[in-house]
Amino acid sequence: MTEAKEKSTLHVKDHDVVVPGEVLAEGMEYLPSQGTYRKEDKIYANQTGLLILEGKVLKTIPLASVYLPKKYDVIIGKVIDILMTGWRLDTNSPYSAVLPLKDATFDYIKKGTDLTAYFNLDEYVVCKIFQVTSQNLVDVSMKGPGLRKLQGGRIIKVNAAKVPRLIGKRGSMVMMIKSATDIQLIVGQNGLVWLNGEPEKEMLAIEAIRKIEREAHVPGLTERMKKWLEQKTGKKIEIQEMPEEESYDHRPSRYNGPRRDGPRHGGQHEPRRDGRPRRNSPFRGSRR
Amino acid sequence: MAYKKRHDGRKPTETRTITAKAGIIPKADGSGYFKIGNTEAFAAVYGPHELHPRNKQNPKQGLLRCTYNMMPFSGQGNRVRPGPSRRSKEISMVMEKALTPVADLSECPNAVVDVFVELPQTDAGSRCAAISAASIAMADAGIRMRDMVAAVAVGMVDGLAVVDLDYEEEAWKEGDVADIPVAMIPSTDEITLLQMDGRLSKEELAKALEQSLPTFQQIAEAQRNAIKQRYADAAKSIKE
Amino acid sequence: MDNALKEHINQALQKGIRLDGRKLDEFRPVTIETGTLSTAEGSAHITCGATDVMVGIKFELGTPYSDRPDEGALMVNAELRPMSNPKFELGPPKIDSIEASRVIDRSIRESKTIDEKSLCLKVGEKVWKVNVDVCPLNHDGNLIDIGGLGAIAALKTARFPKLVDDQPDYHQLTKDGLKLSCIPIPVTVVKIGKNFLIDPTWDEMSVADARLTVTSLEDGKLCAMQKGGDAPLTIEEIDSMVDLAVKTAKELRKKLK
Repeated sequence: MTEAKEKSTLHVKDHDVVVPGEVLAEGMEYLPSQGTYRKEDKIYANQTGLLILEGKVLKTIPLASVYLPKKYDVIIGKVIDILMTGWRLDTNSPYSAVLPLKDATFDYIKKGTDLTAYFNLDEYVVCKIFQVTSQNLVDVSMKGPGLRKLQGGRIIKVNAAKVPRLIGKRGSMVMMIKSATDIQLIVGQNGLVWLNGEPEKEMLAIEAIRKIEREAHVPGLTERMKKWLEQKTGKKIEIQEMPEEESYDHRPSRYNGPRRDGPRHGGQHEPRRDGRPRRNSPFRGSRR
Repeated sequence: MAYKKRHDGRKPTETRTITAKAGIIPKADGSGYFKIGNTEAFAAVYGPHELHPRNKQNPKQGLLRCTYNMMPFSGQGNRVRPGPSRRSKEISMVMEKALTPVADLSECPNAVVDVFVELPQTDAGSRCAAISAASIAMADAGIRMRDMVAAVAVGMVDGLAVVDLDYEEEAWKEGDVADIPVAMIPSTDEITLLQMDGRLSKEELAKALEQSLPTFQQIAEAQRNAIKQRYADAAKSIKE
Repeated sequence: MDNALKEHINQALQKGIRLDGRKLDEFRPVTIETGTLSTAEGSAHITCGATDVMVGIKFELGTPYSDRPDEGALMVNAELRPMSNPKFELGPPKIDSIEASRVIDRSIRESKTIDEKSLCLKVGEKVWKVNVDVCPLNHDGNLIDIGGLGAIAALKTARFPKLVDDQPDYHQLTKDGLKLSCIPIPVTVVKIGKNFLIDPTWDEMSVADARLTVTSLEDGKLCAMQKGGDAPLTIEEIDSMVDLAVKTAKELRKKLK
């Protein structure tokens, strides 16, 4: 056992750019995780990404990827079809989403209403994914804070893998760009970004966004962007986090993974397999 | 052995000069470039995206679709008429077979990853250059793949086992020629493309394949460096 | 057409700038490299901003057209293939690619820069056919201008293959090339709202109301025109657009020196 440990070697450093098929480590001491896999005694990368070394665990953060719809993501979708029961949206992924009538607005929509009055073809909306089936059928909703149709402005695309860096820790990167350029800015998890403001300010914001995309893998990005924005605007920029009201992180506060469809606890537990009744259960009876 | 020295002075296991790049087609989701001697291939990946028609969709995993195309001025002789030919369709298909084994498209069922390869000039080994460029493009696009695929044409020219035949060697009139395009997964030595034109014995085939093994590692390193260089360039431009 | 994008581009144009920061009469930086392809008798690799195009010249021996037995032929083909832009599909050439081919073709042909009679080897029997193929690697707008400029650069540096037993040996190029008597340069001017722009990007082309491609020569003479887009143009507008095109062509011509 100790012999195997002695033979373990790491071929890469933390924050190295790694590519598929690259040998990251040899020996049994290291463990593969997201973006890496083990074959015999070697660990390889299986996606182009930034290597993150967490103790003995090797994982990668992808540097490029196509967006795949995920539950709870807030995305910017484009209306591509008007259905009987709602609208179909392009999500900038291989899977289109459906916005059902009942989830479009808090208003009551009468049957037979012209749906284009609400959302028309080629219009963009900020919406939240509330369901993704195993066959990747996607349902979205617009009932929620900050979810709305986008008027004016323009849309650009960024690589979905760069979205976390573009948003920053608790929205700090997005806030920095907004305060430096005084424009409205919404970043969809699916890589679509909406900007609205003075043309020169918008161009500066886009330059900033492209810079973040290009340099996402080089450490010290936040400081660099702060200096760059200060230099370009002559304003003093502070790194601050996004206020709760503007945050798009609508995940339930105790997020324990994808919500399984089933009764919430407040109902009865299933009886024990052997039929004995449950006693001393905190969930006995209904919640008050 | 009538062909003792290669006509351009290369050693039998020496390839022509290789240049590999990534990210050179901004409109694409990922792109790669592979040049070996005067054979040059540009590859662009779009996807995964929606696949039409519906009946081609695979509900278990995404599909990989390759299109190989020679630009009209890329042939060694006459102009190549634009449009798909039987040859280009066959090459597109063997490219798919060469690249599919490494790709993991299980997370995008019903979708398709399109790989387009265009060649502005060719001097033999074009399908191999196409596969090498396509691998770079796929990795550049962030496609999940356990390794990139390296490809080169190996063979025999008048009794001499060689690696990376050029057009002159392929067309050698003074003796038997065997042209064997091979694609290999470098981390496992598994072969995903194998074709042959010519005449040679089983022993000669074994020798040709055996001596070419280090070449696939060489190509794989060039492919990996192409992607790393793309990111290193961005880091370098910050320091300046 | 993306109305939001169009609104946006218009707003920026009111302030005299475009979404990439250029002025309305500013061309993106152009780079031209010739003779880069070993398999073509003439070639040019031309970039203009993000638009990246390969142009290749192939000479073929063929029989002349029956109504012009003492003339060779020029053929231009521009392919819009899906590698260069996600909006293109595989299949036979669509109208965009046909239009681009024919406009670049007429730009060269109507300037009479190539003396087609000089391509004749034997009257009625054997002539040179000059094939110009324009292949974009990355298409971010303005293919006609960039393809046209690349075509001239490639034609200027093309060399005839040696004739061996009356057949061209493409592995041996002679020192003889095409003598171009003038340099025609196509320039496309687009109209967005009330503004005229040159060198449109892909986005700008997608929201243009109308466009006018004007091919001009060194002395300012026009040799080919093509109007595109759904909106009509007044005579005054055409006048302004022609002036802008001729002025721009003079600048672009310097890149070929």
